[in-house]
Amino acid sequence: MSNEYDVESGDGVHKGRPVTVDRYTLSARINHWITAISLILLALSGMALFSPSLFFLTNLFGGGQWTRAIHPWIGVVLFFSFAGLFLRFWRANLWKAEDGTWLARIRDVLGGHEERLPEVGKYNAGQKFVFWGMSFLIIVLIGSGFVVWDQYFFAFTTIEQKRIAILVHALAAVAIICVWIIHVYAAIWVRGTIGAMTKGQVTGGWAWRHHRKWLRELVSKDKPGRTPAE
Amino acid sequence: MFPPAPNPPVAPVAPKYGQQDLIRRSASTIAPPAQTQTPVAKLIDVSKCIGCKACQAACLEWNNLHEEIGTFNGTYTNPPDLTPASFTLMRFTEWTNPETQNLEWLIRKDGCMHCADPGCLKACPAPGAIVQYSNGIVDFDHDKCIGCGYCVKGCPFNIPRISQVDNKAYKCTLCSDRVAVGQWPACAKACPTQAIAFGTKDDMTKWADGRIKDLKSRGYANAGLYDPPGVGGTHVMYVLQHANTPEIYAGLPKNPTISPVVEIWKGMTKYVGFAAIGLAAAAGVLHHLVAGPNKVSKEDEENAEKLTGSDPR
Repeated sequence: MSNEYDVESGDGVHKGRPVTVDRYTLSARINHWITAISLILLALSGMALFSPSLFFLTNLFGGGQWTRAIHPWIGVVLFFSFAGLFLRFWRANLWKAEDGTWLARIRDVLGGHEERLPEVGKYNAGQKFVFWGMSFLIIVLIGSGFVVWDQYFFAFTTIEQKRIAILVHALAAVAIICVWIIHVYAAIWVRGTIGAMTKGQVTGGWAWRHHRKWLRELVSKDKPGRTPAE
Repeated sequence: MFPPAPNPPVAPVAPKYGQQDLIRRSASTIAPPAQTQTPVAKLIDVSKCIGCKACQAACLEWNNLHEEIGTFNGTYTNPPDLTPASFTLMRFTEWTNPETQNLEWLIRKDGCMHCADPGCLKACPAPGAIVQYSNGIVDFDHDKCIGCGYCVKGCPFNIPRISQVDNKAYKCTLCSDRVAVGQWPACAKACPTQAIAFGTKDDMTKWADGRIKDLKSRGYANAGLYDPPGVGGTHVMYVLQHANTPEIYAGLPKNPTISPVVEIWKGMTKYVGFAAIGLAAAAGVLHHLVAGPNKVSKEDEENAEKLTGSDPR
């Protein structure tokens, strides 16, 4: 592998005890949290209209009419916000040889036996699954969402197409909520992760344990002339 | 002749039914009513319609609706489609009977069919925005409507229309307010030929039988009643000269049912969806209980310090 593995701009490593590693820039974090808040608001407003048992959630948005009106607009915000994340992160989420090995050893992943896993770059296969899953589902959701955004786009599709679109929208929404649960759970389970999206930094130990290839590359980048320690 | 529509009473009359008579309420579970009202029906005899549109005018007037002035589009059908302000619409079809080569002018009064199994109500996510009374009337409660358009997707007859003004759904109420005080719907009251009659569903079915016999005796071998069983029957029924081909009446569906897509969306998807979300969350909790947190060890930190050439501890 060349030097350009999957270090993103703004990534950096600082000597010290412990070593600190810059993982996300301030703008990436703001971008992430706008997306996150949008996704949560969309899930709440969407589920309010999905099931009568959750209709009470419309109160969070000022009632049923407001929920109906605002949900698609939040979707538009999420789409553009996620597009920003996509442009930032897609390169580091490209599939690599070690991702297959990592995935084949998913038992060791879940068991926390990191020592039996291959060294991975900035993202492991699970994170890449979340990234591409979100990307795909957001495309499906915005596409089907426009078809059922009757206030502005009613005339462009037939009622039968709208029926299919709303079924697809509901199924994709369920899928993205499941992906979101995986995303949030992984961040909680793997201790030291959340700081990456709040402070922007992780410890060197965290990077060594979970994303060693990325850490090695960062270190080698900091010391020109030295080859990666492989 | 069918007995004429009654005139309004002079003294105020207490409504014959109300909230206590609901048999279905959108997005809600309700107890069945203590008493059941006699099912009512409006019978539209297409063979007797002269296309005068008195029903359309009466509907606008009684419901205080104001249709926009449109443009002529080459047919008598005006406005060209149902709108939030036009709950009913005469649809004119010029049809050549292939057997007789006669031109037949088919005039169908379109509007809500008041299905016994209403797709709009099934699709509606807002509690109480769509209700069904035990007499069969399906009505919209606009205070509770959120304007999502799900009723439009649920309806097998393409009837509800969402207003661009107040973002609420509108359709024929079967004049539930008039019927509650013993009156006929405004359209039926206004019809000069009794092409629209109103009464109990039994009486209307019986009356239709007589009309169908009459039509058959006049050579309309396929005359029949349109009361489609796919939606559990309807509380607005048609007498059709050609009941074997309802499609020729401006696309009246032959065997309307709630779309299977809507049934899946409103049925299985909900259970499967919540099960999937619940399982994902439960798997997370369970995994954490079994595997415990994935913590960075002291050795990991030391290795990172070594790798970066930080000062030794």
